[in-house]
Amino acid sequence: MAVDAKIVAQVAHLARVEIDDASVAGFATEMTNVLDLAGQMDEVDTSQVEPMAHPLHAVQRLRPDVVTESDQREAFQSQAPAVDGGYYLVPQVIE
Amino acid sequence: MHKDTIAQMRQNLKSGAYSSVELCETFLQRIESSNPALNAFISVMGESAMDQARAADKRLASGDNAALLGVPIAHKDIFCTEGVRTSCGSRMLENFAPPYNATVVSKLDAAGVVCLGKTNMDEFAMGSSNENSYFGPVANPWNTAHVPGGSSGGSAAAVAARLVPGCTGTDTGGSIRQPAAFCGITGIKPTYGRVSRYGMIAFASSLDQAGPMATSAEDCALMLDAMAGFDERDSTSIDEPVDDYSVGLDKPLDGLKIGLPKQYFTQDLAAPIAASLQAAIAEYEKLGVTFVDIELKNQHLAVPAYYVVAPAECSSNLSRFDGVRYGYRCEDPVDLEDLYKRSRGEGFGREVKRRILIGTYALSAGYYDAYYIKAQKIRNLISQDFTDAFKEVDMILGPTTPTPAFSLGEKTSDPVAMYLNDIYTIPANLAGLPGISLPCGTIDGLPVGLQLVGNYFSEQRLLNAAHRFQQATDWHRQVPADFA
Amino acid sequence: MQWETVIGLEIHAQLATRSKIFSASSTQFGAEVNSQANAVDLGMPGVLPVLNIEAVHMAIKFALATNAEIGKRSVFARKNYFYPDLPKGYQISQMALPIVGQGTVEVTLDDGVVKTVGLTRAHLEEDAGKSVHDLFHGQTGVDLNRAGTPLLEIVSEPDMRSAREAVAYARKIHSIVRYIDICDGNMQEGSFRCDANVSVRPVGTETLGTRAEIKNVNSFRFLERAINFEVERQIDVLESGGTVVQETRLYDADNDETRSMRSKEEANDYRYFPDPDLLPVVVEDSLIEELSQSMPELPEARCGRFVSEFQLSEYDAGVLTADRATADYFESVLATSGASAKLVSSWIGGELFSRLNKDGLELPESPVTADRFSGLMSRIHDNTISGKIAKQILDHMWGSDADVDAIIDREGLRQISDSSEIEKMIDDVIEANPSQLAEYRQGKEKLLAYFVGQVMKASRGKANPGQLNEMLREKLKG
Ligand SMILES: [Mg+2]
Ligand SMILES: [Zn+2]
Repeated sequence: MAVDAKIVAQVAHLARVEIDDASVAGFATEMTNVLDLAGQMDEVDTSQVEPMAHPLHAVQRLRPDVVTESDQREAFQSQAPAVDGGYYLVPQVIE
Repeated sequence: MHKDTIAQMRQNLKSGAYSSVELCETFLQRIESSNPALNAFISVMGESAMDQARAADKRLASGDNAALLGVPIAHKDIFCTEGVRTSCGSRMLENFAPPYNATVVSKLDAAGVVCLGKTNMDEFAMGSSNENSYFGPVANPWNTAHVPGGSSGGSAAAVAARLVPGCTGTDTGGSIRQPAAFCGITGIKPTYGRVSRYGMIAFASSLDQAGPMATSAEDCALMLDAMAGFDERDSTSIDEPVDDYSVGLDKPLDGLKIGLPKQYFTQDLAAPIAASLQAAIAEYEKLGVTFVDIELKNQHLAVPAYYVVAPAECSSNLSRFDGVRYGYRCEDPVDLEDLYKRSRGEGFGREVKRRILIGTYALSAGYYDAYYIKAQKIRNLISQDFTDAFKEVDMILGPTTPTPAFSLGEKTSDPVAMYLNDIYTIPANLAGLPGISLPCGTIDGLPVGLQLVGNYFSEQRLLNAAHRFQQATDWHRQVPADFA
Repeated sequence: MQWETVIGLEIHAQLATRSKIFSASSTQFGAEVNSQANAVDLGMPGVLPVLNIEAVHMAIKFALATNAEIGKRSVFARKNYFYPDLPKGYQISQMALPIVGQGTVEVTLDDGVVKTVGLTRAHLEEDAGKSVHDLFHGQTGVDLNRAGTPLLEIVSEPDMRSAREAVAYARKIHSIVRYIDICDGNMQEGSFRCDANVSVRPVGTETLGTRAEIKNVNSFRFLERAINFEVERQIDVLESGGTVVQETRLYDADNDETRSMRSKEEANDYRYFPDPDLLPVVVEDSLIEELSQSMPELPEARCGRFVSEFQLSEYDAGVLTADRATADYFESVLATSGASAKLVSSWIGGELFSRLNKDGLELPESPVTADRFSGLMSRIHDNTISGKIAKQILDHMWGSDADVDAIIDREGLRQISDSSEIEKMIDDVIEANPSQLAEYRQGKEKLLAYFVGQVMKASRGKANPGQLNEMLREKLKG
């Protein structure tokens, strides 16, 4: 699977990562190489194999429905780049 | 004092041979003088460490018996430490100080440790050389022109140089074991779910596992005793009783049956490494261990599968770093899209961006089945290989890495070559199995690591096997000359 | 060309848990901005989700109420996209293996016809936060209090053929979730949100037309209007030779129209994959058994019982059981007042509802609780007061918390059933109206009403009407 500049741009947009023009070609080559590496998996027929998402066959544990958290807005927002009146701020979103 | 093991420090602190203050001062001085050459620490917590040491001394004087009371350690900078910068090796989190502790941090605190600082690492744990840190590469104490391995390279270098007796690490594809091997120390990646992932910044959630890194298996056992256990805040944490790892370390190895995977002992393995392993095998035979050849026939597909699964998970895990609630935000974003793209474009380093792109691609419409699902199926096959092997043997022995530590810059331009460094460590992550790396020789002054992989929850047996080897050999007691 | 409308609904019901689906933060509505968003809700680094047991139980109850398959093994997946109110950059939802599979719902339409609507699935997911666009100059504010609130997304088959059918179905789902107590159904607060997938096709054809998804509809009235607008718009487009574009449209209630959400037009690729932080949810048969034991009687069953047990009409029983609070209120009043089902039913459906409507209140907010209302019904039933007086008393009760007997005493409204007292009043009226008496006795029997009115007036409405009628007839005979 050869990744070209256009694919790099599409994927970078999906992932919301800016890639400067100078590194697009490099990323395309590296992605191609990694995907070629991944292509080695095709040598094995896995049509009868279940995909494994987790190493152990555990099941989800359920939490009791109780509220134990209290307001820590100040602590959390001390880490935020832009807040006002308790809101996190981002550039105006037009709907 | 600085060459003592954690086990010895516990004794000496208890007997009053030295105080925690003296011990911590010694290490802080060593960090001050040696860290400029190694760059093993991102943050040194001198002041709070001395406060903790003084408090520990008081508690020691009053007969407090907390397991690691007054023992200095350091945390990989991937673990959230309340009020203390937790960068994950990234510009993205250069100024991030979480208002909470990782469970591993709380548990070690409860055991009484003194935290000396936060260690360097590959950005977001992505790397095998520690050259991907925003805070600069870490040098290998055995030869500072060489890499320490990664991603827990700062932890490995700090322990090897005796800047701290033990460190926490995390291992997603070998990030504890590979740097442990490169730096000549001991590190164990426990069974997936044995140590809580809460507050440990996620790279690939289904593979990540925290573990201790120290100079000996005994010290790893002492640390793991404090770190392991069920955590209700982590859904993937296992609610099973924890073995007492430091008990049973001396158990004889008679009757232990170890498998040697044919796929590990091929001509791809550097001859001097193979020779070191053969010597170790001979040593084990003297200890009563029997060896049998086994097959792990899909092992060669572990790296390909891993470089789909791990990037896929990381592409999603790292979406939260968007410049909105915490972390790096670009200057003057013109609109929301600009905010996202530049904050992430400028906040993440190249390797992280590369993996995000690969993962995003592997999950996107039209490629999901060919890459992600295919990789999850291969993962199942690899896991099945181990299940079959453990019907025959108690554990598996092999190299930790195909070569000793390579030079700084040697592999940075070829990601695939870099990725192949983890061929022996990745299978255990895919299967969720515990693995330990311990030093078993040197080549041109650089350490060689031996890896033992056990069945689920066999950490105690792995530590026991490593400890017995270390009682019979002294590879683990060797200290790099410049840091002796 | 004749067109057929095809509608499917996606309803997001906010589950009435105390804490969030994956964290221990409160779900209370209306809290101070960002005060209920903890580390997990904010998507802070390293934190992890743990599933709320109640959310799972509520989803299973919904499956039991809609004869739906229960996903014995369901899996949470991540839906990846970037938006400021989505803190992690992905929403935890369910994709391939939802907790609720196919089911059915019986919907009674206006003309009494019962229509079966298919449910495709229902899945658990977390809600997003809220963006505020008009509070800050040039910036959008983000409040993450709602982030992580549990939702059950209920997806129907495209079985509805008109806006009215869609509304009837939505109302039915609304009634069910409130019956089984898994959602408060408050549409204004966003606890119950409907998105409609609307398409049209030529009558007689099978393939579905291109659909538009209408979002942002916060009342049943608007749902009907939005669909009707959209159907007409699509028919106009098609009849003028255009093609309908698959898109998301917002309903604008002020202008009664739907508008394309251009900002979201770009093709989304959500890159769903199983959430590695969560494990498969396994539902044991024993849990299903336990929850089915605890299921309340559902609307149809209760309606049927009201008809057979209380001899109510199908219509009255339907009104009383459309909503669980009303049915509970009715049964409680009936059990404690001793009054007849017919009386209680007509008083709830009439006087009580009209007062609630006037004040814009829901039954659970009624100033007159079932207890006090039961007192009122008892006093009508035992003839202490007449129906007419009872209406005045209900007005008094509405504005105070006094009980019925206290008001009767305070206002002196006790019905007069003492025959000597009534007889005296009758005598006085007859004596005061000799000419009317003469006319009556000459055969103008319509004047009976006049005499009744006069005696009632003299008694200030308190004379027992039955007794009065009977005694007056006797007296007037002479
Ligand atoms: Mg939907
Ligand atoms: Zn939804």
